[in-house]
Amino acid sequence: MLATIRGFFSQRDVLEVETPLLCSAGVTDPSIEPFSVRKGQSVARARFLQTSPEYCMKRLLCAYPYPIYQITHAFRDGEVGARHNPEFTLLEWYRPGFDHHQLMDEVAELVQVCLGQRVVKQHRYRELFDAVLGVDPMRASAQQLQSLAHEHVDVSSMSGDKDVWLDLLMSHVIEPYLNDDHLHFVYDYPASQAALAQVTCRDGVWVAQRFELYVQGVELANGYLELADAQEQRDRFTADLALRSARDLPQHPPDEHLLQALQAGLPPCSGVALGLDRLLMVALGVTDVRDVLSFAWESS
Amino acid sequence: MATFSTNDFRSGLKVMLEGDPCSILDNEFVKPGKGQAFNRVKLRNLKTGRVWERTFKSGESLEGADVMDRTMEYLYSDGEFWHFMEPDTYEQYQADAAAVGDASQWLKEQDPCEVTLYNGAPLSVAPQNFVELEITQTDPGLKGDTASGGTKPATLSTGAVIKVPLFLSEGEVVRVDTRTGEYQGRASK
Repeated sequence: MLATIRGFFSQRDVLEVETPLLCSAGVTDPSIEPFSVRKGQSVARARFLQTSPEYCMKRLLCAYPYPIYQITHAFRDGEVGARHNPEFTLLEWYRPGFDHHQLMDEVAELVQVCLGQRVVKQHRYRELFDAVLGVDPMRASAQQLQSLAHEHVDVSSMSGDKDVWLDLLMSHVIEPYLNDDHLHFVYDYPASQAALAQVTCRDGVWVAQRFELYVQGVELANGYLELADAQEQRDRFTADLALRSARDLPQHPPDEHLLQALQAGLPPCSGVALGLDRLLMVALGVTDVRDVLSFAWESS
Repeated sequence: MATFSTNDFRSGLKVMLEGDPCSILDNEFVKPGKGQAFNRVKLRNLKTGRVWERTFKSGESLEGADVMDRTMEYLYSDGEFWHFMEPDTYEQYQADAAAVGDASQWLKEQDPCEVTLYNGAPLSVAPQNFVELEITQTDPGLKGDTASGGTKPATLSTGAVIKVPLFLSEGEVVRVDTRTGEYQGRASK
């Protein structure tokens, strides 16, 4: 599969790159926790194992606006399960000049090279919630979503903001619904879930120009029309850190290298990260990620 | 009692949920790439036997339950309570019908069994997987008929009724799988 992927990108003149795994900045996203390395002769301040190569690859793009891809390991603390291993393999690539719809098409082509011909379907986040749950996720209140969640999932006294209920409904009700062989792209996420994507106004609501790919109920990829505005990026880092502080999570200083590079200018581009362990799971028809790892977390 | 976070939930861990002791059967980590992580947890309510599937936000915690499994010797029943003894300490426990449940039909005096204690009192009783019991009532045996594959009902010394092959007769001891209630074979006396 790795050879197939490298062949795919080589044919398209996308350059393979490598970026460091152990960096001075960690991710600020409150729902992703990096491992930190605190001891060692070369470690003056804590360093962080990268949760994705995104920051470094964007720095490369700022310097060389060229299509690039990377196959690398990424690390996320606390994520162990049938579909999660704290150390996993990501394929991440960036396409200057592409919007996220063009990138979705390329993701579909690559995945079909690996899995064989599949039907490709595209769903707006909003339309998907309407079709499966009969609710407008953009306009519904947290209260409405909470009672809807209670109808479908036993959650007892769970509390949370609107995004918690959206994530719960997405992962517990909608994901299983995208359970067939088709490639299901979901796009136009709520602006509150933009992460590093640009937001835009569509039909009177703010949406994130972000997409996810689901196959057989498994989330395979997450892509963005990349945010390029350095000030907005700084504001999002600050908002992330405020959320981290409210949730009593460790504070990781924002990546000043990335912010500086964005200041110099990121070319208009789209980027996507695709979980290769999961792609292999789907290709082999297995349901536990341990079956596709040489040595899973417990034995590594 | 200690509290346990969803990260600590392992199969067999005993926790309190809505005032009842529960045993964790399965814990599945569910997380969208960006966003809130959840744990979808299967638990068995140890009082009712009912299985719950409940979702928690990752990092939420539950109080541990004071639940212990002990191998004890079944002593006797006085009609209202069943009495058990810890073989090491000779300490005795009495369990009511709710705790003993269906296990009563497999309990033979002096047999070992698994007693689950909750706050020091029996909460449930599980017989051994295989028990050997005497047939107390059945239709007369058809001598030599070991091939026809037919069965007949037989009442055992504990009151349980199971299906046995036609050739068996009263007074014989049979081996039974208590999980299915199925006849396994004749026991050597």
